[in-house]
Amino acid sequence: MALLEVENLQTHFRIPEGVNRAVDGVSFAINERETLAIVGESGCGKSVTASSILRLIPEPPGKIAGAIRFEGRDLLKLSEREMRRIRGKDISMIFQEPMTSLNPVLSVGRQLRETLSVHEGLERHAADARAEEMLALVGIPEPRRRLSEYPHQLSGGMRQRVMIAIALACSPKLLIADEPTTALDVTIQAQILELMRNLKHRVGAAIVLITHDLGVVAEVAERVMVMYAGRKVEEAPVADLFRSPRHPYTQGLLGAVPKLGSSLSGAATRLAEIPGLVPSLKGRMQGCVFANRCPQATDLCRRLAPALAPKAPGHVVACHYARRDAAAG
Amino acid sequence: MLGYIARRILATIPVMGVVAFFVFSLLYIAPGDPAAVIAGDQATPADVERIRQNLGLDRPFLVRFGEWTWHILQGDMGKSIFTALPVWTMIEQRIGPTVSLMVVTLLLAVTVAVPMGVVAAWKAGSWIDRVIMGFAVFGFSVPVFVVAYLLAYVFALELEWLPVQGYTPLAAGFWPWLENLILPSIALGCVYIALIARITRAAMLEVLSQDYIKTARAKGLAQTSILFVHALKNAAVPIVTVIGIGIALLIGGAVVTESVFVIPGLGRLTIDAILRRDYPVIQGVVLLFSFVYVLVNLVIDLLYTVLDPRIRY
Amino acid sequence: MNAVLAAAPPEDLAAAPELPDILPPAKPRRGLAGFVRRHPAIAAGGTLVLVMLLIAVLAPYLGRVDPTAIAPGRRTRPPSAQFWFGSDMLGRDIYSRIVYGARVSLIVGFSVALLASFAGLVIGIVSGFVRWADPIVMRVMDGLMSIPPILLAVALMALTRGSVGNVILAITIAEVPRVSRLVRAVVLSLREQPYVDAAVAAGTRTPMIMLRHILPNTLSPLTVQATYICASAMIIEAILSFIGAGIPPTIPSWGNIMAEGRALWQVKPYIVFFPAIFLSLTVLAVNLLGDGLRDALDPRMAKEI
Repeated sequence: MALLEVENLQTHFRIPEGVNRAVDGVSFAINERETLAIVGESGCGKSVTASSILRLIPEPPGKIAGAIRFEGRDLLKLSEREMRRIRGKDISMIFQEPMTSLNPVLSVGRQLRETLSVHEGLERHAADARAEEMLALVGIPEPRRRLSEYPHQLSGGMRQRVMIAIALACSPKLLIADEPTTALDVTIQAQILELMRNLKHRVGAAIVLITHDLGVVAEVAERVMVMYAGRKVEEAPVADLFRSPRHPYTQGLLGAVPKLGSSLSGAATRLAEIPGLVPSLKGRMQGCVFANRCPQATDLCRRLAPALAPKAPGHVVACHYARRDAAAG
Repeated sequence: MLGYIARRILATIPVMGVVAFFVFSLLYIAPGDPAAVIAGDQATPADVERIRQNLGLDRPFLVRFGEWTWHILQGDMGKSIFTALPVWTMIEQRIGPTVSLMVVTLLLAVTVAVPMGVVAAWKAGSWIDRVIMGFAVFGFSVPVFVVAYLLAYVFALELEWLPVQGYTPLAAGFWPWLENLILPSIALGCVYIALIARITRAAMLEVLSQDYIKTARAKGLAQTSILFVHALKNAAVPIVTVIGIGIALLIGGAVVTESVFVIPGLGRLTIDAILRRDYPVIQGVVLLFSFVYVLVNLVIDLLYTVLDPRIRY
Repeated sequence: MNAVLAAAPPEDLAAAPELPDILPPAKPRRGLAGFVRRHPAIAAGGTLVLVMLLIAVLAPYLGRVDPTAIAPGRRTRPPSAQFWFGSDMLGRDIYSRIVYGARVSLIVGFSVALLASFAGLVIGIVSGFVRWADPIVMRVMDGLMSIPPILLAVALMALTRGSVGNVILAITIAEVPRVSRLVRAVVLSLREQPYVDAAVAAGTRTPMIMLRHILPNTLSPLTVQATYICASAMIIEAILSFIGAGIPPTIPSWGNIMAEGRALWQVKPYIVFFPAIFLSLTVLAVNLLGDGLRDALDPRMAKEI
């Protein structure tokens, strides 16, 4: 049984003009100790998917439907109190903006101790000791001193490390990382990714990594899932996806990545862009969501939305015209 | 941090200077001839002249201002035109009840309004929110003396639960002292509560939409902890600011409340002075209240360093 | 990198499952009903204000008797068919006085709002633009703001003869500092905007910049603030009249009527009661209007005002 099974997840929001179908039928699974990356451009619903897993969606404007099974239990059926026991303990989350994700008026130590005392019942001394350990684990120098410092006294990279420390403090089985390196400088990015790779092995958590940066995917993930306009359009092992992407959108994404040395080899040096804009998620769509931007779209595509179908071992694609390997799964 | 404190304290001095200047020059700004107005319709020219000299209107402005300021710094606020007593003595006699009223009102208002605002923000958009904010708008709209009369009529006259009017000093016992202050402080506090509740709600809404609150939720913390520890502490700065600024409302409203409930405080002193056009007394009371207001806001500014660790340079 | 396309339609055509709507679709209402639904505060507040304005304007037709007609023989009668709201201690018809009183209160409210807004606008813009004047002006405004508004008005009124004009002036002086602060804040934030820089670089002269770029942006917060000032002014006028430092007793204003009813409130509460209802409703209406405008024009203002 997989650690986390998401089935037909739908997260819609009531907006003044109607309904925003931010996530509209996404299914995936992740096993223990696995790292799954979810990629897509801004607005495709990947962050909303991540937040939906922990039910961090405000319910008056939003509504979640479907099934999210964690270790067999459907999280959507749990009470708020039961959910709180899972958040921060079995499933943790880190966010994109380290500059604003830590509470500015509470000390770093306080914010670390909180998780420990709520979930593991540790009192002050024991919590402080564990907090110090965690800070050292994530590579923060002089951890003891940091406990009494405030977030504004730390750099962006250090704050993100603190976030990771808080997330891993209670040894979660699943860590959801929502664009953890997007807001950081490139050099710091590399450090944080390195840290995550190391910790992955140490702590033994599964990771769901949300990002729009394919380079990050290549570094950390084992499997990758591509989202577009609230749906999943492709999923495959990382190497496979990079070698032979089969959905026109994925192909477009990879074509838009600058390749080192391309100008030297004389190959086309212009970055391929995907023309058009993401369709509005306001109404129900007819046909394939990518049809209006797809260079290979036909009337069939505009009429009938393709289902996700396996085209190679472990590789599913939602496109009527995606090439199928003989030995598909 | 000491630098910040020192700078804030020093900055108060020019403000007080301006306040003193304004209070003093009101006499000169007022259209028409203030001496004649104060002397009244039945006054003889000699009376008007006497008043004019008393107020110093016959001497140059700056000279008079200098003298006046010098006297103020020594605690001499001049003499009442009507009773010929030193203004400061008259103020001293009446200050106790007013301070009691304002302190009780302040405590009442903060303990009622802040939770109201927090709950309204937490349940934003729901009927609870609408009801709470509905009360707040009413609080703003009904003049303080109307609320005072209403409360007095219902709770004192009809139901006879509380005394209609009067004041008992604290020395005579805690409950009698409080009994006389309950209705007046509720009346006085209405506008204040409305203001604080509104700002609390607005500040909390702003804070609750921040990223760090999402982090707190993702950590599985309980709702009370999120609201009162994580959120409120961040909203504290604007809330405390408005508590300070709103003291102006308390001061203004105290004048009227003391009249309705017959409390022998500075408010009544002011009203009597108005009726008798006893300008030195009015001037003294206005100056005193303004200085207190400036000081209160200074304390609030200093409080920021405790509330927000980022303000500690 | 390109996938090989099947020339003919694919063999195993599979359609994605249709997933249901999980939120009921919204019904946008058009027209007046829609407006009321979306902006209840403006609708309610605006309507009430209009009603009060009508009462004020039509006072001579609505008032049944001369509001200053004294009739000692009919003193302090409770509400009846003859005196709809009763009569006061000089035998005057309270209903008529209230209807005429609407004029005074509304005139004071609107005048103060207009004057204070205009003065505050000028001061705020000058202060925001003329850098050497800024610290001086702000110190002065800070000083003025440190004097609680009612006390300031009281002190001014104590030195002048009571009249509607003086009341308006006194309250305006008390309200100007707040407005100037608001305008100055807007000016300062706008001054740094790129399009202002661009205008300066293009050689536009300062008054033009003020008029074209800055002024329009101050109008929204200023309008909202003006409604709050109107409400505040009406209450201050009532309080001033109540303590005897406001409108002279010969002119009926809601505050005056309540002041006159003071002595008898324990036995004849209606003298204070009826004008109180009218005043409260009007102030409530103006406040609602202000809130509604604020939310409609720019929800972000809710944090500052």
